[in-house]
Amino acid sequence: MSPSDVAVRDTDVPSAPRRIVNDFSIQVATVNGSGSQTANLVLLRSIFQMGVPVSGKNMFPSNIAGLPTWYTIRANQHGYISRKKELDFLVAMNPETAREDVLSLEAGAAVLYDEPLKLSALRDDLVFYPVPFDKIVAEVCKDAKLRRLVKNMIYDGVLSRLLHVDLGQMEHALRRQLGKKTRAIELNLAALEAGDKYALDHLVKRDPYWIEPSDRTTGMILVEGNVAGALGCMMAGVSVVAWYPITPSSSLPEALIAFMKKYRIDKETGKATYAIVQAEDEIASIGMVIGAGWAGARAMTSTSGPGISLMSEFAGLAYYAEVPGVVWNIQRVGPSTGLPTRTAQGDILSTALLSHGDTRQIMLLPSSPEECYTMAMEAFDLAERFQTLVFVLSDLDLGMNTWMSKPFSYPEGPLDRGKVLDQETLNRLGEWGRYRDVDGDGIPYRTIPGTGGPAYFTRGSGHNEKGQYSERPDDYVHNMERLARKFDSAKDYVPKPILAGDLDSDIAIVGYGSSHWAIEESRDQLLREVGASTAYMRLRAYPFTEELEAFIDHHQRIYVVEQNRDAQMLSLMRLALSAERGAKLRKVLHYNGLPIDARSITDEILAQEGIPRPAHAGASEALLAGKD
Amino acid sequence: MDTTIPAPGKKTNRIGLEHTLYRGGKTTLCAGCGHNAISERIIDAFFEMGIDPKQVIKLSGIGCSSKSPAYFLGTSHGFNSVHGRMPSVGTGAVLANRKLIAIGVSGDGDTGAIGIGQFVHLMRRNVPLIYIIEDNGCYGLTKGQFSPTADVGSKLKTGVVNDLTPIDTCALAIELGASFVARSFSGDKKQLLSILKASLSHRGTALIDVISPCVTFNDHEGSTKSYAYVKDHDEPLGEVSFVPFFDDISIEYDPGTTTQVQMHDGSKLYLKKMAEDYDPTDKLNAVRTIHETSRRGEFATGVLYIEPDKPDFLELLNIVDEPLATLPTERVRPGREVLTEIMDSLR
Repeated sequence: MSPSDVAVRDTDVPSAPRRIVNDFSIQVATVNGSGSQTANLVLLRSIFQMGVPVSGKNMFPSNIAGLPTWYTIRANQHGYISRKKELDFLVAMNPETAREDVLSLEAGAAVLYDEPLKLSALRDDLVFYPVPFDKIVAEVCKDAKLRRLVKNMIYDGVLSRLLHVDLGQMEHALRRQLGKKTRAIELNLAALEAGDKYALDHLVKRDPYWIEPSDRTTGMILVEGNVAGALGCMMAGVSVVAWYPITPSSSLPEALIAFMKKYRIDKETGKATYAIVQAEDEIASIGMVIGAGWAGARAMTSTSGPGISLMSEFAGLAYYAEVPGVVWNIQRVGPSTGLPTRTAQGDILSTALLSHGDTRQIMLLPSSPEECYTMAMEAFDLAERFQTLVFVLSDLDLGMNTWMSKPFSYPEGPLDRGKVLDQETLNRLGEWGRYRDVDGDGIPYRTIPGTGGPAYFTRGSGHNEKGQYSERPDDYVHNMERLARKFDSAKDYVPKPILAGDLDSDIAIVGYGSSHWAIEESRDQLLREVGASTAYMRLRAYPFTEELEAFIDHHQRIYVVEQNRDAQMLSLMRLALSAERGAKLRKVLHYNGLPIDARSITDEILAQEGIPRPAHAGASEALLAGKD
Repeated sequence: MDTTIPAPGKKTNRIGLEHTLYRGGKTTLCAGCGHNAISERIIDAFFEMGIDPKQVIKLSGIGCSSKSPAYFLGTSHGFNSVHGRMPSVGTGAVLANRKLIAIGVSGDGDTGAIGIGQFVHLMRRNVPLIYIIEDNGCYGLTKGQFSPTADVGSKLKTGVVNDLTPIDTCALAIELGASFVARSFSGDKKQLLSILKASLSHRGTALIDVISPCVTFNDHEGSTKSYAYVKDHDEPLGEVSFVPFFDDISIEYDPGTTTQVQMHDGSKLYLKKMAEDYDPTDKLNAVRTIHETSRRGEFATGVLYIEPDKPDFLELLNIVDEPLATLPTERVRPGREVLTEIMDSLR
């Protein structure tokens, strides 16, 4: 099994080694549970510290220990941080996958491998670096039980020498990774140095890949989307959190617990200004969120597709009873026994229309950790403004992988707590009705239990505008129309789409979420390889705003890029658009469980445009530069 | 012995509110439904205890029982939620505002079938909430199917006999760590009122299973939840009397025949032993008594188990004394220096 659908490189690889600087990908193939994550993050961070833009993608199995896992690090001078389809440097540590990993590489790639695997006999068009890991680790680590954990740091040492990654930066990264674990730091440092020394004494560099110091990461941070989202929730003033463990969502509430324990304890009393509950399931999680939101708290949960399905009934109740709450959906592939550790944008339709009956749910679509942070705050404001659940749709790639980002800004302005009835408003209104549209925007005024305002009895859709039980057809229709009006009003409040590129081009791309980074790179490829300029609209929310229609009117062929099989966002757009506009939309889909890459997008758009794929397409930019 | 029933002519309670203020909308349940009697006792209990209706939230799932919160405390906020999921909604609301007094009404299907998972975890957490099961052994709103509390051998109107073992919600609750477990009968006004008042003094979850006959679908011969059957088989463990903390009354009692339980808020619960020597703080004995009376085809009623000082969920979570829902922004949004510190840690 190989995790990579490696692109075929059409060019012959020249025999003379050239320097390809700060533009390549490294894949480390190990066994799950072998402690390779520390070594991988140290490598990632040390390249980042040298000023070179990086991204890290973990392709891990649904397993605690024993199954194959791959970690891909991409270094790119230009700041492209989506997954690179082509692999340039393989670190083969896993006997089970080594053969297939090597066979799927392109000519010219380099392989650093555990010597007993004897991989060099497999191919004669690759550069091989055998390293006797067991022998080296035995010398630096006397305790045989710990060797397994330290062994991986040796490949960092070897790579440091081969790729020219500063050993001091590696040491720095290692120290911050391990914190105060002095003994672990000592052992790992020894392994790092032993790897470096082995490479110096025994290996001659024959691959073209180099890391050189740059200045492209100054001031930047490295962060996972789930950590950023958790931080945004804390800054939004969340006070009740209920959740149930599920990959790839769990790291969001877990990061939130860590933040809240540190920063949300009342200094005078030592008591918590929040409650976080690990519930018995996702149904209870959303029930608690709805109870807390109804009682006036900023409440949230975080889950993935299977949990969203379980929350369906409650989501409908919240829509009709008009109760605020924030739900994170960190999307993954398929059901429980699907590919729970692989990424997808597969819950767009099911979340947008979550529950039975006529329901429309507000969705926010972050593309970056920075947006996970800002949209967390926007989600709470929107939830309370519109008295409904707001779903933030991230995914495994964005949530769990490590991303380079600008540091986040402190939120300016007050929290929007929405229309809560106060005495002044009551005086103005004269008579209050819980579900009465006073302002023409479909949003009624609510009262919060226990705060002294007039009470109402909360139920689903069977009520009139005073909140009294009613099964009258006219009351029902009146309420449904107001709810539709309310959803329309949200268009003025949700984050607007972002426009980029050549706005006069015939070809346009619509994308959202984590696909953004591959789309940006693909647009550059299209321009560079075939001279095709493109316009680009990045959607950031549902309901769609008026900008979408204007964009579609302005372009001829609109490619909707997404990570699912059924073109879910495209379908949702067609529900909202005229048939004429909908007919302009074309699908570009990626759904193999791996994060989307630029090459796949570019090739698909070229195919649909009827433009032949250029011969050199797929070669890295630096390689092209070397040939010119 | 129970001296808290207001004297005739007394119009207002200790917070100056009239009894009518504790009433709700007109019931839409069947005439003679046991649930209506329970609603009446809830109204009396909240009035007599002088609870401010503005601080009360009424919660329910789905079913006949779950409609009843609309029929009491009309000036309190209510939430008729999702079938079997009232515990989670109640938990969230109480976490949001710990000053709220939460009363949840459920049924035997809403609790024992679809809601058994949330019931189990509510009991484990000891969330401060009064949980009433209006238990008639059948699904009324869907026209009379058996529920999981139907007894073995009990017969439907259609002649179908239940052959599955019932779930005893009280025994289950005790096993799960519930801190206040009682069983009563909708027809026993005095006992039910005393239990309800005691539940308002309890800290943590108070589970009250009230056998409440369904006059339309389960009140015939052959049913073990009919009025006639329950009246014949009700076996009170003792006389339940309750003296709230605000009544300066001292009761003379014989420790040999009466157990006194000090409630968390200072109120006192007196349990006069009748049939046998019963200690409501003895968990194993409570479970044994439930099973033994059940084996005889009878219902042990009264306060079955009580653990007045068990920490509730709010205490375990160590949350601040003020309602979380209304904390000002400066207490829930950390300052700039916090964001700077976190950003520095990610560089």
